[in-house]
Amino acid sequence: MSAAAEATVLITHDVGLHARPSVKFTKLAKSFAADVEIALAANGPWFDAKSIVKVMAAKAPKGTVLHIRANGDGASDAVRALIELVQRDFDEDAGHVRSA
Amino acid sequence: MRIEGVPASAGYAEGPLFDLGRPEGIYASKASSAEEKTSLEAAIGKAVNRLVAMVETADSDAAGILEFHIAMLEDDALSGPAFASIASGIPADAAWRQALDAEIAGYEASDQDYFRARATDLRDIRDQVLRALTEDGGSTPPAGAILHGVDIAPTRFLETDWSQGGGIALKAGSTASHVAMLARSRGVPMVVGLREPLTAGAGMALLDAEHGTIVLAPSPMEIGSFRQASSSFAARQGKARTFLARPAATKRGTAVGVQVNIADPHDVDAIDIATCDGVGLMRTEFLFGKTLPDEETQYRAYRKVLEWAGEKPVTIRTVDAGGDKPVPGFTVEEDNPFLGLRGIRLSLARLDIFRIQIRALLRAAPHGNLKVMFPMIATSEEYDRAAALFAEERAALAARGVAHKMPPLGIMVEVPSVAIAPEAFAGVAFLSIGSNDLTQYVMAAARDNAAVAHLNSVRHPAVLRLIGSVAAFGRENGIPVSLCGDAGGDPASIPLLLEAGLRDLSVAPAQLAMAKAAIADVPV
Repeated sequence: MSAAAEATVLITHDVGLHARPSVKFTKLAKSFAADVEIALAANGPWFDAKSIVKVMAAKAPKGTVLHIRANGDGASDAVRALIELVQRDFDEDAGHVRSA
Repeated sequence: MRIEGVPASAGYAEGPLFDLGRPEGIYASKASSAEEKTSLEAAIGKAVNRLVAMVETADSDAAGILEFHIAMLEDDALSGPAFASIASGIPADAAWRQALDAEIAGYEASDQDYFRARATDLRDIRDQVLRALTEDGGSTPPAGAILHGVDIAPTRFLETDWSQGGGIALKAGSTASHVAMLARSRGVPMVVGLREPLTAGAGMALLDAEHGTIVLAPSPMEIGSFRQASSSFAARQGKARTFLARPAATKRGTAVGVQVNIADPHDVDAIDIATCDGVGLMRTEFLFGKTLPDEETQYRAYRKVLEWAGEKPVTIRTVDAGGDKPVPGFTVEEDNPFLGLRGIRLSLARLDIFRIQIRALLRAAPHGNLKVMFPMIATSEEYDRAAALFAEERAALAARGVAHKMPPLGIMVEVPSVAIAPEAFAGVAFLSIGSNDLTQYVMAAARDNAAVAHLNSVRHPAVLRLIGSVAAFGRENGIPVSLCGDAGGDPASIPLLLEAGLRDLSVAPAQLAMAKAAIADVPV
């Protein structure tokens, strides 16, 4: 069963989609069979959400509107789960800016 | 790139370069891009495993950083460019460094402090893998490697596993060095005196130690012609091998004795005794490698070779330390070691050590056909003193009821005084010409100095004349004369040695076949 899904989310975490958040983000993305990509604008460029190297390369700071899209098995679940992770500030201690 | 040198041990080797002088922490490049790829994969795996182990004991902040490093290392997007470079022929360390440096540059160019700061993490990640890469193999060369450097220590040679091929290419070095002798006896291709240093070698090199060249980063055409020359050499060796089983004889049928030179008692394991007339020279210095051997160790080493040879003679040379063969706790530091306390001079100065060797030899003698010779004899008094020590130790063993036998005692002819005035030695049991040292002393050209290597030729008329007169002295006095230097195994020198009157040669085991083949061509 093939599907496609796309959504956007505002990054509210203090330092954005950076080292430690990226680890969590890519781990979660990899738990889905669907291809997942992120972009900082609706027209791309799109980065592989399962590659921490690419996600880091997107350099998404706080206040960025992150575009997430998925294609394939469980695409909408994947997008929903990733959106929620960003909304939860990556389950990090919000009051504490991490250095990594 | 082709660099010329001097052939020291004929043969061909094709393999990765290994820098003998490299400090620990320098990557040893591999023979093929497949091996480079494996090597990088292993290094990344090693770095990840180390980080995983560190996470277990780290606090949550530290663990966060470590997990980021692990995630980066496990991401194919990070290593992809490095593997692509490896596939195009770049060694793993350079490929990884390039790939990571490109990634680091991307972070450094960021306008956000946070991202710029991540460059430090990327450098850390880069260095973790580089560290793992350089640890790979440590100071052990990969199988079949061509070892290159300024010079190589004999122990380094002996520690190296040559069973998978490989070779040696040296900037300095000499064809008469001990490593060169060892290389010839083991059939390890070796070139010395390279005209230019090998620049930080990457990948494959072709060593032609028959003609004395090394080719770095060879073209397919160079590889093709190298392999052709290599198989032609193997074919010639194969043809020579047909002479192995037969006793050596000249074109006219004159019999020539061909014995072997050995250094390590284990050398004989690879030699069929039927192919030679015994051991013309067993060196004992290598027993004295790092520590002084006790009597029992020496006895067992000598007995092993004597039993292997059976009826055939085994000529063991008492320790010839000093010169270019220092032994800690035995030899002394000198400005001019070749002209100093070496050979019999040192043994007579250190009777505690010499007597141990004498006892081991006397006890081993009943186990075969032993002959003992003294190195660096310059005067008949030295021989008399050494022979008297044998008599004393023999009497002591007899008094203790220990099994022993007095072997015939002979001398090396390598100091010019002996070759010029051999009549002082009419009482010795045999003479063995050490052509390497005789040549260096006659020509006043240190055999370990590449700058004067061209002077070190046994074929100089002065050296040949001395050899001829020693051979004549032996014939007239019924004293057997043989030659155990490298010239004995050199096809170009063999005709001259036989013409000078010699009929007994002792050669490196690897040269046995070629020497017999060369003898068969000599019209004497």
